[in-house]
Amino acid sequence: MKIQIKNGRVIDPKNNIDQQLDVYIAAGKIVGLGTCPADFTANQSLDASGLIVCPGLVDLSARLREPGDEYKASLVSELQAAVAGGITSLACQPDTDPVLDEPGLVEMLKHKAKQLQLAHVYPLGALTRQLHGKVLSEMGELREAGCVGFSQANIAISDTQVLWRAMEYAATFGYTLFLHAEEPFLAKDGVAHDGEVASRLGLKGIPSAAEVIALASILRIAEETGAKLHISRLSTAEGVAMIRNAKLKGLNISCDVSANNLHLTEHDLAYFDANCHLKPPLRTQRDQDALRAGLKDGTIDAICSDHTPVQDDAKLAPFAEAEVGATGLELLLALSLKWAEQEKLDLRQALKHVTQASAQILGIAAGDLSINSDADICIFDAATYWQVSPGALKSQGKNSPFTGLELAGKVKTTLVRGVVVYQS
Amino acid sequence: MNNPQLDSDGRLRHLLSIEGLPKKILYQILDTAESFVGIAEREVKKVPLLRGKTVCNLFFENSTRTRTTFEIAAKRLSADVISLNVSSSSQSKGETILDTIDNLIAMHADMFVVRHAQSGAAHFIAKHVPEHIHVINAGDGRHSHPTQGLLDVFTIRKYKPDLHNLRVAIVGDVLHSRVARSEIHALTTMGVPEVRVIAPKTLLPAQVEKLGVHVFHDMKAGLKDVDVVMMLRLQNERMSGAMLPSAQEYFKTYGLTEEKLAYAKADAIVLHPGPMNRGVEIDSSVADGKQSVILPQVTYGIAVRMAVMAILAGGQIAGSQP
Repeated sequence: MKIQIKNGRVIDPKNNIDQQLDVYIAAGKIVGLGTCPADFTANQSLDASGLIVCPGLVDLSARLREPGDEYKASLVSELQAAVAGGITSLACQPDTDPVLDEPGLVEMLKHKAKQLQLAHVYPLGALTRQLHGKVLSEMGELREAGCVGFSQANIAISDTQVLWRAMEYAATFGYTLFLHAEEPFLAKDGVAHDGEVASRLGLKGIPSAAEVIALASILRIAEETGAKLHISRLSTAEGVAMIRNAKLKGLNISCDVSANNLHLTEHDLAYFDANCHLKPPLRTQRDQDALRAGLKDGTIDAICSDHTPVQDDAKLAPFAEAEVGATGLELLLALSLKWAEQEKLDLRQALKHVTQASAQILGIAAGDLSINSDADICIFDAATYWQVSPGALKSQGKNSPFTGLELAGKVKTTLVRGVVVYQS
Repeated sequence: MNNPQLDSDGRLRHLLSIEGLPKKILYQILDTAESFVGIAEREVKKVPLLRGKTVCNLFFENSTRTRTTFEIAAKRLSADVISLNVSSSSQSKGETILDTIDNLIAMHADMFVVRHAQSGAAHFIAKHVPEHIHVINAGDGRHSHPTQGLLDVFTIRKYKPDLHNLRVAIVGDVLHSRVARSEIHALTTMGVPEVRVIAPKTLLPAQVEKLGVHVFHDMKAGLKDVDVVMMLRLQNERMSGAMLPSAQEYFKTYGLTEEKLAYAKADAIVLHPGPMNRGVEIDSSVADGKQSVILPQVTYGIAVRMAVMAILAGGQIAGSQP
């Protein structure tokens, strides 16, 4: 199968390309950019006039809810959502039921995902068994089964000795740890940022110090052990400053921010909007400003969707009882574009944080349009606005704090390994 | 974002919190309550304002006092009253709340008085009821207890009519108190120029000063020259733990005694939302003393709750205004 994508504006942050070029695809690979390879006759041509052609997006944190929580979402529904959002590769969190702490489960998940021929799934294995923070998982076995790194999802390891050993062990073999920084005792029972809004609404707070203290421990232990570390979903201004310092010191560390925290603050809780019950919590304007600045200056490497589909019913409860999470896969592109537009950055800079940077963090060959790479491609219309609404989303999770908002950036076509897997 | 408490004409649709209500509605409630105070002293303690209406007291959290006063208020307005204690221990609470509400609406309830242990529960219910149903928040978690805030201001106004010239201190567990939040919003909205909170740091919420209050940790300094002292109840489970070392030490530092009250103005009044922990947050000599207005609070509470119900139902009972 040979495909020619015609007349599109090709943007590839990694290869520093932003110009109108035709893309030539053969046998699932990109074989030409701008110049037609010899003997190339397209079986199919896609007209991308007026559209952007970019690498398929790479998401660092999604929940697919399989195995175990299929009533919330399924692999099929969420991978369809991913490609509808232009995402062709994603890392999924291990907090499934059962937890992704056994190679067999990881293999099964990879196998099922592969059969669907939608987005590529890169599981993050559980760092500790059952995510209990006590016994290390069989990282070597899990790695062989296909895990690209190890995570504790939202569950912190409270025992710093276990955390230390986990980092030492992972460092021995060069595995990357994906950690979310939250000190569990300070965050206990908290449902919102511990500040003005939580005080007014009478919600139990999660202080910024919960992130700062956990981050201080994690960074210090990473320094001692030489572990390769990725900090997931940073939420505080102090956290950004700490990552900046750690990078200056030369630590092997990367970091992402959720699209939610990039665009929303505690004030978006308004009158107890359960769609804003998120982890990490939405924090202050000052925190949001710092996260945005950090993303701009490279302290924060990537934007993730933090896709966490929940059932509608699970949000039909008073704020604290409503389940944590929001849908995100289909919003990642548009919210990244919105950030860049607000910060007056060009499309190349907008896309870098959801393609090249995230692929590099996962250590996967994706996120660029180099010749001979897999033809994982997203074609989108940067100018068309669409309204976020349950009906507009393929994901089984329909809850979003952005519901009702009009966003620019509509995916037209998504290709995975040279096959059209989504077309609007 | 629409104010969920007001209809498109700016009239009161639900009473969920004091915050977000315009001053004029607060005055409307208090002035209406004035006209109801006398009813209790009549031989027939009833007016027909809510005749034919069904008021449903829906208590997901136990309460005797508040439920009773709401019951009495509704009955004095001639409403039919149902009181339900709904256990909130069932597994999927969200479904339970809405299912319960739907069932009661199917039975033609017109007004819900709701108490729930979770902040935001009344807002949640108000969001899901049809337009002709009214919701009154009778306490949601730590968030709000608007009728308590209103009756406190009503009581203060009875003894100190010039609200624009008052110094008020709220003492105790502000962190966990929906009463404190409602009092603060009511007082600041109605123009009281100086509202103080007095508590140890463990019992104050983050950035409490952003609610418009002055923060004190010392009783003597905090009570100095105040006109009104509003005490808060300290829950049993918080008397000894990581918040406070012991009830005895709390009483010693923050319990209102005659000696500490002497720092306030000589004619200062003392309020407490009840039920009181004598010897913990308040000494009996003060609770029963001549400066205490704790029992009048209870009496006025009924008038204020009648006023809220009458105003909410007002749109539908044409020609029967008091």
